[in-house]
Amino acid sequence: MTDTVGEFETDYQRVQRSEEFQALRRRFRNFVFPMTALFLVWYFVYVLLANYAHEFMSTKVWGNINVGLLFGLGQFVSTFAITMIYARWANDRQDAVAERLRRHIEEGTVDGGELV
Amino acid sequence: MSALVTAATTTEKVGDPVINIAIFAAFVLVTLVIVLRASRNNRTAADYYAAGRSFTGPQNGTAIAGDYLSAASFLGICGAIAVNGYDGFLYSIGFLVAWLVALLLVAELLRNTGRFTMADVLSFRLKERPVRMAAALSTLAVVFFYLLAQMAGAGGLVALLLGIEGIAGQGVVIAVVGALMILYVLVGGMKGTTWVQIIKAVLLIAGAGVMTVWVLAKFGFNLSDVLQGAVDKAGEGGEALLGPGKQYGATPTSQLNFLSLALALVLGTAGLPHVLMRFYTVPTAKEARRSVVWAIWLIGIFYLFTLVLGYGAAALVGPDVIKAAPGGVNSAAPLLAFQLGGTVLLGIISAVAFATILAVVAGLTITAATSFAHDIYASVIKRGQVKPDGEVRVARITVIVIGILAIIGGIFANGQNVAFLVALAFAVAASANLPTILYSLFWKRFNTSGALWSMYGGLISCLVLITFSPVVSGKVDPATGKSLSMIRDTSIDFAIVPLENPGLITIPLAFVLGIVGTLLSKEKPHPEKFAEMEVRSLTGAGAEKATVH
Repeated sequence: MTDTVGEFETDYQRVQRSEEFQALRRRFRNFVFPMTALFLVWYFVYVLLANYAHEFMSTKVWGNINVGLLFGLGQFVSTFAITMIYARWANDRQDAVAERLRRHIEEGTVDGGELV
Repeated sequence: MSALVTAATTTEKVGDPVINIAIFAAFVLVTLVIVLRASRNNRTAADYYAAGRSFTGPQNGTAIAGDYLSAASFLGICGAIAVNGYDGFLYSIGFLVAWLVALLLVAELLRNTGRFTMADVLSFRLKERPVRMAAALSTLAVVFFYLLAQMAGAGGLVALLLGIEGIAGQGVVIAVVGALMILYVLVGGMKGTTWVQIIKAVLLIAGAGVMTVWVLAKFGFNLSDVLQGAVDKAGEGGEALLGPGKQYGATPTSQLNFLSLALALVLGTAGLPHVLMRFYTVPTAKEARRSVVWAIWLIGIFYLFTLVLGYGAAALVGPDVIKAAPGGVNSAAPLLAFQLGGTVLLGIISAVAFATILAVVAGLTITAATSFAHDIYASVIKRGQVKPDGEVRVARITVIVIGILAIIGGIFANGQNVAFLVALAFAVAASANLPTILYSLFWKRFNTSGALWSMYGGLISCLVLITFSPVVSGKVDPATGKSLSMIRDTSIDFAIVPLENPGLITIPLAFVLGIVGTLLSKEKPHPEKFAEMEVRSLTGAGAEKATVH
């Protein structure tokens, strides 16, 4: 692999510019950024409720199981769910594309055009 | 504390120290054999620092759980739930949700772009020597705080589990724990450390699982009845155990403290250097992903166990007995084990707790040694002109030095109030490490100056705020008039910052400093370096391969 400097593009820059890589990157960011925002907001809603809404969180729902406990267990459920959703999504949608690009780069078969 | 000790000497001795020591000795023997076998292939830096990158995802995930579930999370959270009820549970949720940050934003990208340390990722496109120095310093700071907390905790554990009350006797045990840890890390490197963590995680989670089923069985597998048992046992005001606010809800300041802690916990994990380093022990980013998935399941299930164990201890042992026992709240889980399964189960749980300290301390030590040898010695001092085996030799010497420092620190910190150190380690990790890691992975314009502003700003602001906070001086228990701070003299009070955890201020500050530092610098951007980093981070091209033996 040759790393050219100056006005020329490096191989990595060519890959970065390619349609296939841009699609991979877009899909990745469109998945992980909203998901991160989602679980952080959900976590802080929980933390703020536990911190400032004691009455509400202590409301009994069933036996001694109160709203706070259900919310807390909900954090476990959401964490497990996001973990599974992400792992399945990455395995199914991203890995094959990433692997194809990796092979292209390491075998030096990158050209200026489309990576097929 | 002294009141607790006097109360302890009058209470009946629980368990049999001989059985506790015997079970622990068996654990040490088994792990030593495995470490010795694993150490045969410790030739290169990749072998020593990253176990030849040859662990599978499930193995590494189990090791991560072993590394992460410290004695503080096992004994501490069980005790916190037993005594403070719901507020103890809040802790474990922060510790768990934090793993999503590692899963979605950090683990795979880090594995694809780095070799051994966090600084590898940063120095990819920033000026190498200054950022390595900064990253190594914050790594060493985090590891130091964490290590000291673990070693100091070991002293309390000795009192509780082995019945050794004297300071000198406890010092000897701390020295033995430290020496064992040095041996594991010196001989076994990352491979040996990983196996110790795997074995410990299996024992810990299995032990907690057995106790959880046992507790539930006593209450007809009805969680509501376990809670009722805790409320009844606590007597008047027992209902407070079920809702939030018993520990953190007292004043607006304590609520703010909790908010700060919650922020540091959720953002700190993905910046903990000993956690980050574990991602390099697997062959590919896909395996790094599987590691985190396994870690999340194991850690999550374990925290669910602690919920039952904590309320179970409150119901079957009772908060008053727990608070009066040697070791205080930390004794909830061992006392529950004794209540359920007598001397043998107590022995097993005690040995597991010791193994926990050993495994966590070993993980911290190899992280610090790697950071010093790889970042400071090889890159900053020797400017990369060093043979790989020379670097590993320095790492091994560092292990011995850190081990000795940990023993001395542990002996001096024994009995001191250092519980805040773990929270501080998370705050430093979240302020000094995480912003720089995220910016350098995702923000094209980010540069050296931004990294230095953010890392040093985060680190220094944490240290300054904690020094002038009530955890160091001036916190007095209104009921007893005794000091609750690190400095016991109640006449000394230079606490001007009300927050006990600096995260609420320092984490946003470090994120902002990263932006300000970047925008103020005239450093030329390197689009070709960012292209290489971005392409490599997402595709795994050019990533470090596993070594083949």
